[in-house]
Amino acid sequence: MFTQYAVHHAWFIPLLPAVAFVVIGFFLRRTPVLSAIVAICMSMISFTLALGIGYGVVAQHITVEQPFVERIPWVDIAGLSINMGVYLDPMAAMMLVVVTLVSLLVQIYSIGYMQGDDGFGRFFAYLSLFAAAMLGLIIAVNFVQLFVFWELVGLCSYLLIGYYFHKVSAREAAKKAFMTTRIGDFGLLIGILMLQILFGTVDFAQLTSTVPEYVKEYGTGMLTVVALLIFAGPLAKSGQFPLHVWLPDAMEGPTPVSALIHAATMVVAGVYLVARAFFLYSVLPDVMLTVAWIGGFTACFAATIALTQRDLKRILAYSTVSQLGYMMLALGVGSVTASMFHLMTHAFFKALLFLSAGAVIHGLHNKNDIFEMGGLRHKMPVTFVATAIGVLSISGIPPFSGFFSKDDILLAVSQVSTPLYVIAVVTAFMTAFYMSRMLIVVFFGPENPENSPHEAPVTMMIPLVVLSILSIIGGYIPYAYHFGEWVRFGVATHEGLNFNIALLSTLLSIVAMLLAWLVYGSGKVSPDLLSARFAWLYKLSYHKYYIDELYLWLNHTFVDGLGKVLYWVDINIVDGIVNGLASMMYRLGDELRHWQTGYLQQYGLVLFGAILIMVAYLVLSAPVFVTALWGGAY
Amino acid sequence: MIGLIHYLTVAAVLFVIGVYGILTKRNIVAILMCIELMLNAVNINLVAFSRFMQPDVLTGQAFVVFTITVAAAEVAVGLALVFRVYHDHDTVHIDKLNRMRW
Amino acid sequence: MDELVYNIAFYIFAAITIASAIGVVTKPNLVHSSLLLALCFIGISGLYVLLQADFLAAVQILVYSGAVAILIVLGIMLTQRSSMEDTNQNSGWRRGTALICGCFLVVVLIVIATTPWHYSSALVAQDTPSVIAQLLLTDYMVAFEVAAVLLLGAMIGAIALAKGGKEE
Repeated sequence: MFTQYAVHHAWFIPLLPAVAFVVIGFFLRRTPVLSAIVAICMSMISFTLALGIGYGVVAQHITVEQPFVERIPWVDIAGLSINMGVYLDPMAAMMLVVVTLVSLLVQIYSIGYMQGDDGFGRFFAYLSLFAAAMLGLIIAVNFVQLFVFWELVGLCSYLLIGYYFHKVSAREAAKKAFMTTRIGDFGLLIGILMLQILFGTVDFAQLTSTVPEYVKEYGTGMLTVVALLIFAGPLAKSGQFPLHVWLPDAMEGPTPVSALIHAATMVVAGVYLVARAFFLYSVLPDVMLTVAWIGGFTACFAATIALTQRDLKRILAYSTVSQLGYMMLALGVGSVTASMFHLMTHAFFKALLFLSAGAVIHGLHNKNDIFEMGGLRHKMPVTFVATAIGVLSISGIPPFSGFFSKDDILLAVSQVSTPLYVIAVVTAFMTAFYMSRMLIVVFFGPENPENSPHEAPVTMMIPLVVLSILSIIGGYIPYAYHFGEWVRFGVATHEGLNFNIALLSTLLSIVAMLLAWLVYGSGKVSPDLLSARFAWLYKLSYHKYYIDELYLWLNHTFVDGLGKVLYWVDINIVDGIVNGLASMMYRLGDELRHWQTGYLQQYGLVLFGAILIMVAYLVLSAPVFVTALWGGAY
Repeated sequence: MIGLIHYLTVAAVLFVIGVYGILTKRNIVAILMCIELMLNAVNINLVAFSRFMQPDVLTGQAFVVFTITVAAAEVAVGLALVFRVYHDHDTVHIDKLNRMRW
Repeated sequence: MDELVYNIAFYIFAAITIASAIGVVTKPNLVHSSLLLALCFIGISGLYVLLQADFLAAVQILVYSGAVAILIVLGIMLTQRSSMEDTNQNSGWRRGTALICGCFLVVVLIVIATTPWHYSSALVAQDTPSVIAQLLLTDYMVAFEVAAVLLLGAMIGAIALAKGGKEE
């Protein structure tokens, strides 16, 4: 009965955090305790409702083919009608549970992490707003509602990255994030508009049935353009190459923000959009290929950069970009199941990794460079265990959660494209390597005498524990309980694990971890020697392939260049016309005043001449005179 | 046969000569003289029309009486003005009386 | 025979009028111009006679060449200083003005020539003074009185102007 209530009142789930935002934002900013209480209460109610929906979806047999849809009219004018509403299917239910859970855990964590900060109330207000926006995006019933909440999460990302607004680097990072995602949003908007023009509707349920018939009749040409435009949104929001540049800089925000937004929830909005719009993508093989290659390339590309980074959160950021690439790759080869599965497990272990990183940073009083840390496992044992669980999970070691989801992806890729499979496997190897590198350098080795670390407080440890448990069991349980039958597109592909692929990937991961131990743990192979041998590779990787510099140069040359050209046009042509008119009038007046000679006879002459002209005209045109002068019939 | 047209022609020529004089002469009194020429041309016109169009009702000639009256009055006042100007500026040369300029 | 005399007389008087008018506007000497003006008035008076406006001819000689011309000579004498030569100069725009005036003349002549005039065949009134007097004192009474007032005003104005208004 509760699940029935939850399913029919699913719109409460985004509404409650929104109410929390309003209440905290307007009234409770000065009282940190109350703002935390309000936010966490609302999050808990939302989480409970989400759990209810999760059960309800299973109990009421709400499947992908028969979703639960509820709409209310929002814009209803002649020729255009857009609704807002609730769209529930197993995928949405899963996302609701994951997002509410991670949001709740991050808010509990923030009580400890942000303690003593001046903007405590502001932080919780923004976190609540973000939760409301993300949850609204998940249950969106059409593209327009999704776009509205898409923009809203982008805004929250800007606000939260720039939370430490007195730091220039934070302000710049916030601007960079917003502007880069704006480029993607522009393409997305145009794609949505084209959909509206082509089909007259942007509703997911209606389009699911209309698109295949459209393709049969008109072919795929126009729709390819639309799909690519829509993909621009996820390209920017989910940090695919080449619009990935904002994600690493987004680490300027506080660590709970990084955990919530830039690891577990907001960045996967792009992946969710593609999955939601899969009715469009699945009939366009060229677009799928593009998506797959972009995903695969991003995964590999980001992994190569993560190999040499020194900042703890940067490593995790590039790791996020890489894993998002994996999710896009899975979507591109056609497996919504694998992508969503990896999304779920990634949310757990990446949030876990970020929160433990936050514990480390907090414990060392805001130190970020991993080579200044060392041997922390003695003083911070809980954090160490949590991080280790996260590393094992992301490296795909069985029976941790990452193993199941990553192998699902590898299986799906291997069935479609061998080069992409090779890229994916190589990326998995690199992932294991750099994550182990991070673990070893931070927690093993000699202690840095400058540091005096202390273990995290209780409020920060509870989420770590919960997420660790989820990272361990969060893979096996969905696998055992037929995840692939609920969250899918089209026919369910539940083949089980391919023993060969699983074995290969596990072996490679273990080899990578041993290699990392060899280089960084035992010191048998010196990392400095390696970086000197492959100097230019190291340089490229460390400087992120100079992409930021390239973009800056492009901006300077083209945007500023265009600005200079337009400035010249404005000054010389536009102002030139105006000033030219004015000066022409001045010169005209200056000339004409010489006609006022004061000589009456000249005035009289001009007057008489004018009279002459008028009379002559009248004479020569009057009928009497015309017949007399020129003759003939008039 | 001398008809209306001849008299009108004479009047027209006289009038044009008067206009030419007004626009050309440099002395104010000369300009006044040319104004008189123009008025006389008009008078000839009036009398000619009266003679050829309505010979029994001499309306044109009555009109001419009035024109002559007005012309005489105008000469008197005009010359008074010329004396004034001569008194103030010590010249009747029109080029020197050009204060209405820029 | 009458017709011939009439035509010759017309041409003579027309020639006198026009020639002296041209002289008025071309002669550089101002006194010459004024005397030629008087001659022009006399020529016009002759034309009036030919038009059987005898009263007007007399009035013309009396008023115009007897008063107006003398007044003008008076004005000349009172406003010149030294030599009378070259006091009536012509401006530098003679040619342009002549051109425009010529064009105007042409236009007017065209109008005159092409208008269909309706000649009346009534008899000319013989006793012009009485007819004019009747018109003046009955039909155009108001204009008559106004003209009288105008003359009075002109007289007073001329006296006031010539005297110098505010010097009392």
